[in-house]
Amino acid sequence: MISRRNLLIGGAVAPFISYAGIFSASADTPRDILVVAQQIDNMTSLDPHESFEAVGGEIISNMYQKLVRPNKDDPSKVDAQLAASWSADADNKVFTFKLARQTFSSGARVTAEDAAFSLQRAIKMNKGAAFIINQFGFTADNVAERVVAADAETLVLTTDKPTSIAFLLYCLSANIAAVVEKKTVLANEVNGDMGNAWLQKNSAGSGDFLLQSWKASESIALQLNPHGPYKGNLKRVLIRHVVDPSAQLLLLQKGDADIARDLTSEQLQAIEGDKNFVRITRTIASLMLMSLNQNVEALQKPEVWQAIRWALDYDGMQKNIVPMTHKVHQSFEPEGFPGAVNDTPFLKDVEKAKALMAKAGYADGFDIVMDHYSAQPYPDLAQAIQASLGAIGIRVQLQAAENRQVLTKMRARQHQIALSAWGTDYFDANSNAEVFCINKDNADDAKSKPFAWRSHYKNDDFAAKAEAARDEKDPAKRIELYEALQREFMENSPFIFLFQTQKNAVCSTKVTGFRLGVLSEGNSYSETIKA
Amino acid sequence: MTSRVKSLTKILSSVVLTLLGLSIVTFLIGRVMPVDPVIAAVGDNAPEEVIVRVRAEMGLDQPLVVQYLHYLGQVLHGDFGMSVLTKNPVAVDIARVFPATLELATGALLLAALIGIPLGVWAAVRQGRLVDQIIRIVCLAGHSVPVFVLSLLSLLIVYAKLGLAPGPGRQDILYDGMITPVTGLLSIDTLLAGDLGAFCDALAHMAQPVIILAYFSMAYITRMTRAFMIDALKGEYVITARAAGLTGTRVVWGHAFPNVAVQLVTVLALTYAGLLEGAVVSETVFSWPGLGRYLTNALMNGDMNPVVSATLLIGTIYVGLNLLADLLYRLLDPRVT
Repeated sequence: MISRRNLLIGGAVAPFISYAGIFSASADTPRDILVVAQQIDNMTSLDPHESFEAVGGEIISNMYQKLVRPNKDDPSKVDAQLAASWSADADNKVFTFKLARQTFSSGARVTAEDAAFSLQRAIKMNKGAAFIINQFGFTADNVAERVVAADAETLVLTTDKPTSIAFLLYCLSANIAAVVEKKTVLANEVNGDMGNAWLQKNSAGSGDFLLQSWKASESIALQLNPHGPYKGNLKRVLIRHVVDPSAQLLLLQKGDADIARDLTSEQLQAIEGDKNFVRITRTIASLMLMSLNQNVEALQKPEVWQAIRWALDYDGMQKNIVPMTHKVHQSFEPEGFPGAVNDTPFLKDVEKAKALMAKAGYADGFDIVMDHYSAQPYPDLAQAIQASLGAIGIRVQLQAAENRQVLTKMRARQHQIALSAWGTDYFDANSNAEVFCINKDNADDAKSKPFAWRSHYKNDDFAAKAEAARDEKDPAKRIELYEALQREFMENSPFIFLFQTQKNAVCSTKVTGFRLGVLSEGNSYSETIKA
Repeated sequence: MTSRVKSLTKILSSVVLTLLGLSIVTFLIGRVMPVDPVIAAVGDNAPEEVIVRVRAEMGLDQPLVVQYLHYLGQVLHGDFGMSVLTKNPVAVDIARVFPATLELATGALLLAALIGIPLGVWAAVRQGRLVDQIIRIVCLAGHSVPVFVLSLLSLLIVYAKLGLAPGPGRQDILYDGMITPVTGLLSIDTLLAGDLGAFCDALAHMAQPVIILAYFSMAYITRMTRAFMIDALKGEYVITARAAGLTGTRVVWGHAFPNVAVQLVTVLALTYAGLLEGAVVSETVFSWPGLGRYLTNALMNGDMNPVVSATLLIGTIYVGLNLLADLLYRLLDPRVT
């Protein structure tokens, strides 16, 4: 009979059995399965015509194809994906796309009917990202006539006014223009939702992979699309939700993950030079900026905007606080975008900043509150900004809050200065030019509330220039207009751009070909191979 | 009406009132929180017209009282609403994440009680001696070192350096999607599926978070047991038992401990309730898809249906465990009627 003492000892020892190696820790991941450790808890939908956040965008772009996609290396070009060729009529209002031969994961051929249905579906559902294509005049009422399949291989789009083909193509390269299989989606329609509920957790695309499963805040499993264009050796991509970056690093080091996606600067520095890993870096379309609310009297003078620009120690902050995750960037278009200006004319010059403050009538400075995200690196950067502005007499009180709280406050136009981030919506210069420059109605109840509106900023000159650039038909001239606008804006606006985010993915040396894009839609497994 | 029925009615009324109060407070906190849940649903960059439309679809344009009554009506019909983030009914989400927490909490409590109670008794019997001091230091460390430090250290040493246990997560990728959830408790479901390898893998993945949580809980249980036992050992019945010539073990476990057991029931019940709330930090570090992480993520995104529902669940657990403790009191202590 077991004595009480032995029972107690046995009970205490049992859980440690795993440590004795009986249940051994797993070895390296299988060769045909790519395991990625990544934070995926903000993903809300995998329907391409609904999703409007980074992780969802990445997964979708690996499961679906669009007519065109941005060139991975040259931002001034777009590449054909489902479309074999395209042309515009003389008025730049009717655009014809000839489709290449591609196949859905079901085995059915991708037709112009599927492409037309997909664009119509995006417009009719009118979710968050639909504005990217409805800005060409498509509405739920007219899209059936304006987006039509002339035959199985020909798609014809008719815009409401003459349109720059470059602008149209860049917008069609966004996930909102992804092509879904009409038959499969409609077979899963419930209560007229156009298959939305089903497509949130399933896939019907022609991309490299198809969705095997999505367990929210747990994992996403992608399976090879047997009819898709992928030519490598991966059968599955398993993305595990690992919140803690330290845990991501440990998984990578132990061989239980092949790619770690969210390592911090400290961790990146720790493994820098380690021959077991390869770091892939890409500046992405996320800008960190200070927004000066124009309903605050002290922040209305252009001299004050300039003084703040010249007071900040951009290089010091970058080198000491965000050395591997951000780079100094001072214009409103992110590096990697068509027409982006990458000049960084502003440096720390305290005397110049003080002189500008005196010229503005604030030689003694003023008190101001700055809201910022509570997640690192924002608190450290906010403190550095506080110190820099203190040197020119601006006494900054910091208010940290969870990022959605800061965004909610900004949307209510209640901030004074906000240190926040802005992610670009689609791969065209108009995306950011519009939100920063075009604010037609500055009233509290305005129908359109772009980013500039949140800070009560309205500049009709910038708005006109942004619209002219958007509508310019000559692609080269269009780029020139955007470049000029950015230079003017960075000199004379209440938005002070500080940094552009650099995304890092650290891969095991067994993995090659994984690519990060300037938008998350460009994060691609299409060329990834595992040795 | 008999006194027993009266007593039951009183208890049930208090449970209903507690849960109602809890739902009102949580709902109000959720709605006045300076986070716009619409942003979680459509993203910060969505145009204003979409935001306005989605706000109306979510019922957030209604007065607060209307919103609450609507929600309450749904809950009374067993509908906890949809999660904005996961696009699932909240009940489905909770049925998925709660078993993960239940598995951790139950394992941790069993381990903590199995080690903590004997240690507490031993420390009380050897009060002031070396053993007592060592146990005090061990418990102090368990209670004062933050769980995330212990968790990260455990991962670093046991998983990364020594390779004795698997890393974060609930199961190895080899078993991903291979076990059909029946109870949601992976250790049970793997057995039901007859997959011994998956069962061992599930246990191995549980080991680290369970031991860390058990250590943290054990520290509290040990200290409380010690304090109760020191009091009990001063009792006249203990002196009488000793005078009657009973062995030390018999005096401690046969006479003093049964009196302490009544108080320990409350300690264990509250510890269990605390663990079931969801050990957010452990779940985060060990990538454990449990209730705590689900609740925190929903809260951060202003996804209030899961927040209110999970809070109600936790409240129900607290109330349920308190009731259970009351019933056990009656069983263990004949003086309580």
